[in-house]
Amino acid sequence: MSEAPPLALPLASPRTKLSLQMRRHGAYWALILLVVFNLAATPHFASWQTLNVNLTQVATIVIVAVGMTLVIATGGIDLSVGSLMAISGALAPILFLSPFGSSHPVAGVAVAFVAPVLVTGLFGLFNGWFITRFRVQPIVGTLVLFIAGRGIAQVMTNGNLQAFKNPAFQFIGLGRVLGVPVQVILMLFLVAAAGWTLRKTLFGREILAVGGNEAAARLAGIPSDGIKRRVYMISGLCAGIAGLIVVAINSSSDANLVGLGMELDAIAAVAVGGTLLSGGQATVVGTLAGALTIQLLRYTLLANGVPDAAALVMKAAVIAGAVWLQRRGSAP
Amino acid sequence: MMTADAAPPHLLLSMRGIDKRFAGTCALDGASIEVAAGEVMALVGQNGAGKSTLIKVLTGAYRRDAGEIAFLGKPVDFASPQEAQRTGISTIYQEINLIPYRSAAENICLGHEPRRFGLIDWRRMNAIATELLRRFSVQIDVRRPLMSFSTAIQQMVAIARAVSFEARLVIMDEPTSSLDDREVEVLFEVIRQLKREGVSVIFVTHRLDELYAVCDRVTVMRDGRTVLCKRMANIDKLQLVAAMLGRDLAAIRRGKTAFSGTRRVAGRQFLQADGIEIGQRVRGARIEVDTGEIVGLAGLLGSGRTEMARAVFGVDPPDAGRILLAGEEARLSSPADAIARGLGLCPEDRKTEGIIPDMSVRENLTLALLPRLTWAGIVDERRQRQIVERFIARLAIKTAGAEQKIRELSGGNQQKVLLARWLCTDPKLLILDEPTRGIDVGAKVEIQALIKELADQGLGVLMISSELEEIIEGADRVFVLRDGRTVAELRRGEISEHAIMAAMAHGREGAGPITEATSV
Repeated sequence: MSEAPPLALPLASPRTKLSLQMRRHGAYWALILLVVFNLAATPHFASWQTLNVNLTQVATIVIVAVGMTLVIATGGIDLSVGSLMAISGALAPILFLSPFGSSHPVAGVAVAFVAPVLVTGLFGLFNGWFITRFRVQPIVGTLVLFIAGRGIAQVMTNGNLQAFKNPAFQFIGLGRVLGVPVQVILMLFLVAAAGWTLRKTLFGREILAVGGNEAAARLAGIPSDGIKRRVYMISGLCAGIAGLIVVAINSSSDANLVGLGMELDAIAAVAVGGTLLSGGQATVVGTLAGALTIQLLRYTLLANGVPDAAALVMKAAVIAGAVWLQRRGSAP
Repeated sequence: MMTADAAPPHLLLSMRGIDKRFAGTCALDGASIEVAAGEVMALVGQNGAGKSTLIKVLTGAYRRDAGEIAFLGKPVDFASPQEAQRTGISTIYQEINLIPYRSAAENICLGHEPRRFGLIDWRRMNAIATELLRRFSVQIDVRRPLMSFSTAIQQMVAIARAVSFEARLVIMDEPTSSLDDREVEVLFEVIRQLKREGVSVIFVTHRLDELYAVCDRVTVMRDGRTVLCKRMANIDKLQLVAAMLGRDLAAIRRGKTAFSGTRRVAGRQFLQADGIEIGQRVRGARIEVDTGEIVGLAGLLGSGRTEMARAVFGVDPPDAGRILLAGEEARLSSPADAIARGLGLCPEDRKTEGIIPDMSVRENLTLALLPRLTWAGIVDERRQRQIVERFIARLAIKTAGAEQKIRELSGGNQQKVLLARWLCTDPKLLILDEPTRGIDVGAKVEIQALIKELADQGLGVLMISSELEEIIEGADRVFVLRDGRTVAELRRGEISEHAIMAAMAHGREGAGPITEATSV
């Protein structure tokens, strides 16, 4: 018989239920464990200083990972985010250092905030268009800009390092509001906005429907191609913002280095956070927890004298563990 | 029940009393098939009759629970399709499972490449492949990637590969479903060539004409049993269709579905689709549905029923023909267009095209309605919950609650959720592709009663069903498709098993004498 008669699926065994719980909440538990361990073992851990350092360092990863979460929720992936960061990072100084930017400092900085992000948003839209128009696998489709994007950034700057000092622009990376770094505020705002979008809006539910079963979503009238184009655009916008923050912190823009390896950090944060890499289930707050877990793990190892090289291996182990939990949790 | 013509001499394959159960469901129940050397045996039956399972048991893809298989006179028990292939049984599946990016020669020789000094001997490999294909009058550059050839040539490559294993028996599972007439003729020539060389063929198809063109005998399966085995010359198409559908030509049972009872029929014309053509599958089909009318779309598997439904719903816009909705020409280029015009479609395959398994009943139920439940982009969850609760109650959907994941529901309840997905959009026309397949009897009756009730309230229903009873008792009007063409339109009073089966078999109403059927 080509179709077996329907049977109600047997209830999940306690074991698979446990691993499902672990996948959903594993990052939170890991985070709590790391905090408890540090409170006991690491001197001066419980301080604003420590919190600020960690949040500041993780902010750009989280911002990129928010866009990545939406892309992965549709069953896709975006490899181009690091290169898009380089583009926005290269474009911003060009704008505020230009004759226009020098003669109109306020307008110059405003344009330097807005234009690079719009440009990377358009590149993201291009990713989405390319993937949906030609039915290219997302990993291949975004590989195009992963490679070309950094080249574009280098061409824009002639491969030169752009050093600058512009307090108004650098506010996005160095400024504080009520003692909280600006990029942390931006990060929390984006996490909240994306989390709310995913849970409460039509767009969010359609993202998850497309990721859960694209054929069914299409038959229910959901414009799956349009949804995909939009999530890649959002991913591009997020990468653009992250690029601005990175160059603002560094007081310089190096198209070779801005956002290097960021796509993998972002994917790792999404995976550890409990979002299903095959799409259909996503949690933005989980992504925040995942990024914080990886960051805190690295901090813990460094603060306790473990060399950075070993920390990389530990990071890999955490990611492998997260993926293992995903497989256990999602298998019927 | 089984009637058989005498088994011919030189038996190559014999399968007897084969049982196979999946999770308590009987897929094969004492099924049997016998194939003589150099014989082309047709294997036919409805969806779910057990053809594929029988083939998979033979090739070792499935283990049988009971029964005997003898090949070349010796009992065999293949552990894998590879072992069956080494012994001389090659299978060509419906979806050609070759490697599209590799050359035709590589595909033919894959796994037994000629070697020289441990390396592949490309020249000899290409020569072997060219020679094999020449046997079937196919002359191509075997070094080109497989994907650069037409589907028909790819089929030939698959067959050449099968034969290259010195196959004594080649199994072809619906090889013609994507071929055009000329390509089919080439394939038949290949089959005749195989026959001349003493190779036997098991040929699975749904196109009746093809059986008579190329097969010696036919084995009919139904509900996991072998119900008939006859020489093609001794059976006409009508008898064949009757055997496949499990109908006794003399007796017609009535009153088994929840559709029985009279219905008021007075509607305005809503859907008119005419001259629809879609690739090779639909070649000039016509259907109509009025408001408040249940129209049955009948036809054997592969007759283009599902393709018609998808065309009307804007999933695969037709290559030719026109679709009128409420008298206006409608160009539907996506399901969203169709939904906006008041259409809904419950697809045949609930699992792959219907449900979003990991989403809740609530989300699945309101998937199509969601844009209308949204204010400024935000979903009105209160209204959503009210609607979901209302439909769970109205359709008596058995679920632990609106938040239960749909994949945890039984098939019947999943189908009810999918029906509710459309009903809550207040549609004018609902297209139901096999609405009660794979559903337990209780839920089936409920769904049939619901369809009737909805039609009484003015909903137009286009119902595709392989179950004749459902069509006969449910439909106010029946269109019969055969090989992609509408061959009959039957109205109340004309609808009968006999009329539908005759149209399926001969392409016209009424039985009539069998003339073309027996010509080979």
